[in-house]
Amino acid sequence: MSELLKVPTMADMMAAGETPDVLFWVGCAGSFDDRAKKITKAIVKILNKVNIKFAILGMEESCTGDPAKRAGNEFLFQMQAMTNIQVLNGYEVKKIVTGCPHCYNTLKNEYPELGGKYEVIHHTQLIQQLIDEGKLKVEGGAFKGQKVTFHDPCYLGRANDEYEAPRSVIAKLDAELAEMKRARANGLCCGAGGAQMFKESEKGDKEINMERTDDALELKPNVIATGCPFCNTMLTDGVKYNDRQDDVQVLDVAEMVARAADL
Amino acid sequence: MQYVPNIIFLLALVAAGGIFYRNASKIWRNIMLGRKIDRTDRPSDRLNTMLRVAFGQSKMVVRPVAGLLHIIVYGGFILINIEMLEIVVDGLLGTHRIFAPVLGGLYTVAIGFFEILGVLVIVACAIFLWRRNVIKLARFHRPEMKGWAFKDANNILMIEIMLMTALLVMNAVEANFPDEHRVAGPFVVSRFIAPLFAGMDYGTLHIIERVCWWAHIFGILAFLNYLPFSKHLHILLAFPNTYFANLEKKGRFTNLESVTNEVKLMMDPNADPYAAPVEGASEPQRFGVKDVHDMSRIQLLNAYTCTECGRCTSNCPANITGKKLSPRKIMMDTRDRMEEVGKNIDANGGRFVDDGRSLLHDFITSEELWACTSCNACVESCPVNIDPLSIIVDMRRYLVMEESQAPSELTTVFSNMENNGAPWQFSPADRANWVAED
Repeated sequence: MSELLKVPTMADMMAAGETPDVLFWVGCAGSFDDRAKKITKAIVKILNKVNIKFAILGMEESCTGDPAKRAGNEFLFQMQAMTNIQVLNGYEVKKIVTGCPHCYNTLKNEYPELGGKYEVIHHTQLIQQLIDEGKLKVEGGAFKGQKVTFHDPCYLGRANDEYEAPRSVIAKLDAELAEMKRARANGLCCGAGGAQMFKESEKGDKEINMERTDDALELKPNVIATGCPFCNTMLTDGVKYNDRQDDVQVLDVAEMVARAADL
Repeated sequence: MQYVPNIIFLLALVAAGGIFYRNASKIWRNIMLGRKIDRTDRPSDRLNTMLRVAFGQSKMVVRPVAGLLHIIVYGGFILINIEMLEIVVDGLLGTHRIFAPVLGGLYTVAIGFFEILGVLVIVACAIFLWRRNVIKLARFHRPEMKGWAFKDANNILMIEIMLMTALLVMNAVEANFPDEHRVAGPFVVSRFIAPLFAGMDYGTLHIIERVCWWAHIFGILAFLNYLPFSKHLHILLAFPNTYFANLEKKGRFTNLESVTNEVKLMMDPNADPYAAPVEGASEPQRFGVKDVHDMSRIQLLNAYTCTECGRCTSNCPANITGKKLSPRKIMMDTRDRMEEVGKNIDANGGRFVDDGRSLLHDFITSEELWACTSCNACVESCPVNIDPLSIIVDMRRYLVMEESQAPSELTTVFSNMENNGAPWQFSPADRANWVAED
């Protein structure tokens, strides 16, 4: 399967004298985390399917600095940002699609002031565009009639006011979209943001991802959908903790689309 | 002797205004302790936000019950205060209901309208008291709500009820005045309490009417001077607070300029590492926030605007799951520390003398700060656009960049990012391995 993926790097493209239309910013989770790599591949399958001319940075990509910034290490964040901006500007990148809301937020909102000005979109926004433009057909696929609930990643939803794109894609899958009691602007965090992903939580009486998983399981869904590799990890853990992994799937919107379109 | 009441009234008015001015100036001075921040761009968007959020209460109604009740009290308070105009004129001139003969039937309609609002305000305040004291809603009974914070809320509600009752009783008494003394009425609501005073002679009625009148005006003036010591200050500060609120996307955190300069210097191959500071250069600014002096004026205004409703805390994922972090406490601590610093300045002839204390550590612990997921739920839920998250992040900046105090796992994350460009310990050379993997 994977040998079918066409994933050129910016360096390859440049050597061939070509310029991609969009840079796919994979992100650290998407590059290194085994679960998130599947999301990355689903995004690539979609990009390949519609023949978008894209490239990745490959070895030249480095963390956007998001966890450092949220943890208060502004110094490290700006070092990362400036280094990435040098690379991106060197390739004259104009448009970026990200596989992670944290990369999306950082590149879109925090890089411009430091000299990195790009059009940045999240992969669910790109997928919505492709479906709306008729380039991608997903109706009647694997998720027809399934009950799906969407967990809003904080850095896509509240942080950037994007609630519709992922929902509109799910609706196109002919799935039944069920909303959790805390959704959209009122959505509850999965517990990973603000660099929490990388540390033990402070003393309390419950883990945040368990609280959030309960919100989702209450709806008895077939699929808990999200658009962030970290939310995915947190909710997958929550589902496993409840021993529900056999009847509830935690999937990225990109994976659902790739599956529905038989990619 | 004839003018004694007028003079007392004038004195009360001037004294109340003077004391309020003095205390308000102190709050202004305390806010000005903060760092300058420019929030004067996009004036029309700012005005729009203020009209929508503060004037229009758009974020209050996210919780419909509390929102509706609040709109009643807010609307009632503003509209009934139109009657203050008459009270002030009457008080200064020694007249009785000076607008009644001028406005005629319209006066009766206006007073009727105020009476209905007054009753609604009393009912709403009673429900608010019931929510706080009888059903004890959880968000009003968190650790930071003990003591003054809890009493404060009850005081405000009871004062409002007393003010409205005084107005209604005043009208009910007027309804019993003999024809030659009665200038207003009939009254829509107070006619039902009028029978309580039936049969009393005019002298007694007049005394009761005067007592209510004075109670109302003194109550209002006292309330005005209660504001600077109370969460109720939000009725004034909600307006500038929403006007100067952050208009950027909530995910956009500020890029510290002082850090940008350092990083640029580090990345400049031509920079002279041994360069001496420029003559007359000011001391470098502290990274992040340790105390109120390091905060922006907007953050300090936020703290004085907070009315401790606790919507932030009740939506905070860390707080919901039992962690110590409470965004409301962050705001209350900031205000308490500002008040402490203000008293220090007052006691030391206008200069702050180091008291060996700071907002970070003495009020807010690092355990609270590290529990935050930066999810913006607190910012989203604040009905007056307060931003507790910016304070939390600024304090983390101080902890990490000035004290090198981060949880040990995060220190590992930082060094991984520095060494191999990812929070985990993977080689950057392996970044695209996923392409070839199954």
